[in-house]
Amino acid sequence: MIEFADVRVRLGRRDVLCGITATLAERRVGVIGANGSGKSTLARLINGLALPTSGTVTVRGMDTRRQAARIRREVGFVFTDPDAQIVMPTVAEDVAFSLRRRGVPKAEIDRRVHDVLARYGLEEHADQPAHQLSGGEKQLLALCSVLVLEPAVLVMDEPTTLLDLRHSRRIAALLRELPQQVIVATHDLPLLAGFDRVLVLDRGKIVADADPETAIAHYRALLS
Amino acid sequence: MTGLTGAYVPGDSVLHRLPAGAKLLGLLLAGTALLLLGSPVALGAAALAVALLYAISGVGAAAAWAQVRPLRWFAAALFAMQLVVAGPSAAAVTTLRVVLAVALAGLVTLTTRTTVMLACLERCLAPARYVGLDPFRLSLLLSLTLRCVPVVAGLAGRVREAQRARGVERSLRAFAVPLVVSTLRYADALGEALSARGLDD
Repeated sequence: MIEFADVRVRLGRRDVLCGITATLAERRVGVIGANGSGKSTLARLINGLALPTSGTVTVRGMDTRRQAARIRREVGFVFTDPDAQIVMPTVAEDVAFSLRRRGVPKAEIDRRVHDVLARYGLEEHADQPAHQLSGGEKQLLALCSVLVLEPAVLVMDEPTTLLDLRHSRRIAALLRELPQQVIVATHDLPLLAGFDRVLVLDRGKIVADADPETAIAHYRALLS
Repeated sequence: MTGLTGAYVPGDSVLHRLPAGAKLLGLLLAGTALLLLGSPVALGAAALAVALLYAISGVGAAAAWAQVRPLRWFAAALFAMQLVVAGPSAAAVTTLRVVLAVALAGLVTLTTRTTVMLACLERCLAPARYVGLDPFRLSLLLSLTLRCVPVVAGLAGRVREAQRARGVERSLRAFAVPLVVSTLRYADALGEALSARGLDD
């Protein structure tokens, strides 16, 4: 359960988010909006990468302002650009990175890395330099590096923006299978098919909160 | 690029199976020995030994060449300078020392997974805890340096392409400004990603 209580985020003189109040309990939640509408900031608030100027964000009862480190153990985050989140030279090493940091025994690290790479079709690239992967494979690697930690919540900020149609569809299919609660900020409207709930942001405010079909129709009307 | 990115070449040779600490110690001893060898003949023999080690490792000629290839212009300039200043024998000795030391360091990288190397480095740096330094962060610094080389090279390539497209290939400013800006952006995003992955726990 993720709760936003009268959240305001101000950057310089601009209100990026104004008075957001919402409770996200559904398994699949999408956030859409034009560029600059505040959807990436909303996503970043969930694991404490951004903090509210006023109001509170709580994730599973924990306040992001006070318990960001604990929340990041429960909330995985996938960024738009996979290049910026791959921190180790090779594929397997990058997936193992966060597990090492958490003191997981080596044998278990090896098993979990192997399992997650096999599940998402990257096993044959395990020892390959990460920078040699294609854009779609890099995004899959970024996803593997987060999922290997078995987070309770997965937040994705425009995960398909840099991908071709084939890889976008693959990510969409993977999202449908994940057991985690998934929050996706995106411009990719087909990605939201089958989602439980979609929020539409405009100038820092939630202007629609409905099922995907209704919310997308509202969003299209907003842009027309 | 392989030589600069710490790319491990999978294998099952004796060198692959040696512990990282033993390889690093061996590298230190071999580097010292290279400094002590003073004749081109002795260094020629050392070159044969290095070639033999590469053959034993089974990493392949392409990976071996990738380790020393970035040095070729530097080595040529060093040889030419030494030839003028100190003569042919000294030029051969100095140049061979540098090339062989880099080749040996590359061999360690090619036969050791980065994580194994970092774990070894962390153990070596463990005493740093007593002065308030986190060995994990120190070893991560090294890893990020390796990771950033291909990323920054990629950014530079994109900037060069943009320069060509705009017909300003010769402008240093048109190259440096976007490269610095995009590198700083990358650094920001990387910092955020490290936070998201729990590094600021």
